[in-house]
Amino acid sequence: MTLNKTMTIDDIVDQLSDGMTIGIGGWATRRKPMALVRAIARSSLKDLTVVAYGGPDVGLLAATGKIRKLIFSFVSMDQIPLEPHFRAARQSAAFEILELDEGLLHWGLRAAAMRLPFLPTRIGIGTDLLKQAELSKTVTSPFADGETLVAMPALRLDVALLHVHRSDVRGNVLTLSPDPFFDELFSRAAEKTFVTAEKIVPTADLQMRANSRFNLVERPLITGVAEAPFGAHPTSAAPDYQLDLGHLKTYVEGAASPEAWADYRAKFVDVTDDAYLAAVGGAEAVKSIPQPAY
Amino acid sequence: MTDSSYSMAELMIAAAAQAWRNDGELAATGIGPLPRLGAGLCKLLYNPALATTDGECWFTSEPLPPGGKSSDAEIEGWANYDRIFSGLWTGKRHAMVAPVQIDRFGQTNISVIGDHARPKAAMLGARGFPGNSVHHPNSFFFPTHNTRAFVPGEVDYVCSAGYNPDRYLGDGPLPAIDLRIIVTNLAVMDFGGPNHAVRVVSLHPGVTFDEVQDNTGFPVLRPETIPTTPAPTAEELATIDKLDVKGVRHKVLKDNPPGDRKAA
Repeated sequence: MTLNKTMTIDDIVDQLSDGMTIGIGGWATRRKPMALVRAIARSSLKDLTVVAYGGPDVGLLAATGKIRKLIFSFVSMDQIPLEPHFRAARQSAAFEILELDEGLLHWGLRAAAMRLPFLPTRIGIGTDLLKQAELSKTVTSPFADGETLVAMPALRLDVALLHVHRSDVRGNVLTLSPDPFFDELFSRAAEKTFVTAEKIVPTADLQMRANSRFNLVERPLITGVAEAPFGAHPTSAAPDYQLDLGHLKTYVEGAASPEAWADYRAKFVDVTDDAYLAAVGGAEAVKSIPQPAY
Repeated sequence: MTDSSYSMAELMIAAAAQAWRNDGELAATGIGPLPRLGAGLCKLLYNPALATTDGECWFTSEPLPPGGKSSDAEIEGWANYDRIFSGLWTGKRHAMVAPVQIDRFGQTNISVIGDHARPKAAMLGARGFPGNSVHHPNSFFFPTHNTRAFVPGEVDYVCSAGYNPDRYLGDGPLPAIDLRIIVTNLAVMDFGGPNHAVRVVSLHPGVTFDEVQDNTGFPVLRPETIPTTPAPTAEELATIDKLDVKGVRHKVLKDNPPGDRKAA
């Protein structure tokens, strides 16, 4: 018997169910599992609680009505600071929110990863974040300082969805981009982690002795692996390819009106992955996109 | 180069650079093109110990201007987000950020205009502002000084903590709030008044105190004598020019106004 966790993107979507709490790795416009997000957008899934350092992943799920509750500290596309679908959804109170600081989100995932109920922090003191019921609990230091601290509740995830560069069939993964972000914590905070990988390769080709620092989590945490070349597009999966600012502009234009959105959706969401890649210019075009400036 | 040959953007960059001058060795973060150029200028002329990043995930040996790419620069360290968070918790960072609103307590907002549950305008979310505000020094940058930015009462959604004890918790130590300077297109201000009240430090050439007060939604402290914000020196202008090769600074403020109104 050999261990083989490979599956398709649609197989991953089949593992999800209505009402789940889903953490999405990456950061804003970097290394988001977008092919998987598009598959969720096409599915009948609903009432999701989404936890993310958000970018167009959150935007697409907002635009397709998948979100019941969003746990976030920002939704932005960096070079294009305002995410149009997120804005529209917030302004129509389309879903519940828990608004956090970037570090609080980290801390909530960390607490869940440690299977703790909460972790203490000073973050949030003096701000309106603490007016939210879930952030209204405090804890007093049992030591001489007696400091009153915010209790950041654990953010337990049903699943974490991550995009990685390489994996073998057993789920030994490599994340080669310059910043791993908090993908490790998303995975540890989750019951199950599903990854999409640019390429599934033989274990030997991972060259794990040299690349071990890019192996963010051990394979018992990984439930399934789907090969998804260009699966992060239009976000980046550097060094394999950079973010596609041109397509992000098309995406923003696609939020300008219901007609524009229907058009965008028909061209870039309700299509197969092959048709998507062709619609955004093809593999060579995506690979030749230059590094953006931050 | 005459005194009137500098732009408002250059005046504001030079004023912003002063924020980090006496900070010693820490991470200097300028969010937005002009604060970023200010941090770079400070590193090049006044405080070479400052650590600056490419805005993505590297510390670069030389400050990288807005629009610059780390692939063209010497990398001196890793600035991934996990490390930025860990670093800011130690206080070894001073950020200059550009909020949408600020109030008399120095509380700022980048999340929403209007009601949080159903905002009139949703913006970014609180980002790292809450954590930044209780861990390390912060300065502020406002390209347009008016009462929509400098609001009466409190900001619509308090993202960063300020000098407002009513919002602190319990009886323990006060949060380590350390608000430094506010650079605007009218003046430089700080929190040096009684109970950290906002006060004018210097007025830009041709600007009156009354103009600053009229454009601020809360009372601003008026020192007996108020100096004029110094014009950028020839060395500062040359350094800014060398740093901002692409001339990004010329496009930040509408019509790229001069730094000295008399020159207009």
